[in-house]
Amino acid sequence: MSDRRMIGVFAEEHDLLRAVKAFRARGHSIEDVFTPYFVHGLDKAMGLGRSRLPWVTFLLGLVGAGLKVYFEYWTTMIDWPINVGGKPWDSLPAFVPVTFEVMVLVAGVSTVLVFFALAKLIPGRKSKLVHPRVTDDRFVLVLDETDAAFDPEQVRRMLISFNAENVSEQIGEAA
Amino acid sequence: MADVLAFLRRPLIGGEKQPGEVTADISGLLDRRPGPLWWGAITFSASMLLIGVVSATYLVATGVGTWGLNNTVGWAFDITNFVFWIGIGHAGTLISAILFLLRQRWRTSVNRSAEAMTIFAVICAGLFPVLHMGRPWMAYWMIPYPNFRGSLWINFRSPLVWDFFAILTYFTISLVFWYVGMVPDLATLRDRAKSKVRRWLYNLFSLGWDGSTRTWLRYETVYTLLAGLATPLVLSVHTIVSWDFATSVIPGWHTTIFPPYFVAGAIFSGMAMVLTLMLIARKTMHLEHYITVRHLDAMSKLLIFTGGMVGVAYMTEFFIALYSGNQFEQFVFINRALGPFAWAYWTMVSCNVLIPQLLWFRTIRQNFTVVFIISILINVGMWFERFVIIVTSLHRDYLPSNWSHYVPTLVEIGLLVGSFGLFFTAFLLFSRYLPVVSMNEVKSVLHIGRGGQGRNGGGPDGRGGPGDPSGPRDQQTPTGRKPREEVTV
Repeated sequence: MSDRRMIGVFAEEHDLLRAVKAFRARGHSIEDVFTPYFVHGLDKAMGLGRSRLPWVTFLLGLVGAGLKVYFEYWTTMIDWPINVGGKPWDSLPAFVPVTFEVMVLVAGVSTVLVFFALAKLIPGRKSKLVHPRVTDDRFVLVLDETDAAFDPEQVRRMLISFNAENVSEQIGEAA
Repeated sequence: MADVLAFLRRPLIGGEKQPGEVTADISGLLDRRPGPLWWGAITFSASMLLIGVVSATYLVATGVGTWGLNNTVGWAFDITNFVFWIGIGHAGTLISAILFLLRQRWRTSVNRSAEAMTIFAVICAGLFPVLHMGRPWMAYWMIPYPNFRGSLWINFRSPLVWDFFAILTYFTISLVFWYVGMVPDLATLRDRAKSKVRRWLYNLFSLGWDGSTRTWLRYETVYTLLAGLATPLVLSVHTIVSWDFATSVIPGWHTTIFPPYFVAGAIFSGMAMVLTLMLIARKTMHLEHYITVRHLDAMSKLLIFTGGMVGVAYMTEFFIALYSGNQFEQFVFINRALGPFAWAYWTMVSCNVLIPQLLWFRTIRQNFTVVFIISILINVGMWFERFVIIVTSLHRDYLPSNWSHYVPTLVEIGLLVGSFGLFFTAFLLFSRYLPVVSMNEVKSVLHIGRGGQGRNGGGPDGRGGPGDPSGPRDQQTPTGRKPREEVTV
């Protein structure tokens, strides 16, 4: 990633999508796209892969359920067995509801925490917005000026041809 | 093909809104000073809450003897209110999770408030078992923690313990789901907040959201995962609530139909409560473009569906009582329909089964006033359903010498009023400080049913917005077009 980037601001979702597809087809490096809502198809247009978060959910749910089953057996069979209505010590069916609830709790909460950590979403973190209206109604395409082949003037013209309403060049630390 | 689809899909959001207008409309609600209507409503609901606080204080200071319960009727208003409020919550999860997985995109304008409703309803519900303990400060004994009594562990074979875990998980997951769904909108509020305090608060909770597509992609994944977890969760919660009854040997409770019957009833009552709240919010907060006839129609259809399931359950219960040949079971059902609480039973049947049949007619489904009245009647009917299930099964048990009657005391009525006060006060505060409509989700469905631009790339000359007679263009048109004149480079 270089410290120069070209920023195009779009007012329409479909202009942005076409621009992303076109720039990617031409081999430009798209640093990121900022949008006020999740634009369907944009992830594919940018060539982003699927998130691996479902695996995190699955594994943590499994861990939560496993620990809960162990805990239920340990408390009701080993640590202090109490005869409740003559039910067998090994009453697995009766342990199912709580195990399920704990699985959902662990899987759900930890998935969100992992997501926050991965996306660096931290309470109180100052956001550096690439454009003040990106959380309102503007779509922003940030192109990385990677190599010598990058022709700023041509890219600028191309962005404008896709109805970018504002094109600017940014030099310095990544936003 | 594309024109046909565009013609068939009616717009979800009225008023030909643009994304910027959505931001202005929804965030603007929080900028304006509340009107007299809001002040009147919060005064009323806070007074109800005060009645509840007074009743709860008196109850805790004196004891559960202040309730009308007796040796025979050991559960009545308390558990009725508990099951009622938990049921209300279920529609929020149905809208936010199940309809999300089913790709019902009309949910976008109602899901935020429905989820808020879920959270407040679960809080109201949770209060009743805690108060019923008599010593609410001991409520933490429900948590399995190492203690100096042995350690004496909780009984994991008890449905009441299952219920504790179910409610706890349901509350936590609903809260997390609601919050995660709100983060992008909090960022929108942060970026347009004027006062320092507001900006600081919204900044704190929006977690530095910047709208990056990489974050959005993960966000959508997390949202889908949470929806996938919440769907079986919501079914499990009311199933477990029904097991509180079904695992006992009380005639009228000891039936296998209870789990599906309770889940359907929960969604039925919750959907009615969503409609009640939405129709009030629509009028008082001027959300006419966001909550349209289409939403009313879709939710009314859900009411007929779930109400139909409830009606079938009522009939099945009667049939099984007859078919089982069990005289205790038969007695309980005849006693329900013809005994001292027959008035409650017939209130339930008319509000839940007979009146909702009006919704088969489109003219009624699309009439805001009539649907509003029906939704309130369903709320009443569903409260009585729980009352009927609990009290009529208990008050005449196996021994006629045990038979007794149940009359609620002022304290119990005060707590019921108070729980409504808590619910509405919380909802009114929510509508003042947080976006009541999910702005980012609504923005993503604005294009639906409008001529012209499709979603994925679409035609290059995509300005074909509202009223553009040209309709959708061929998606394969090459990309040459003149730059707009107002371009600033």
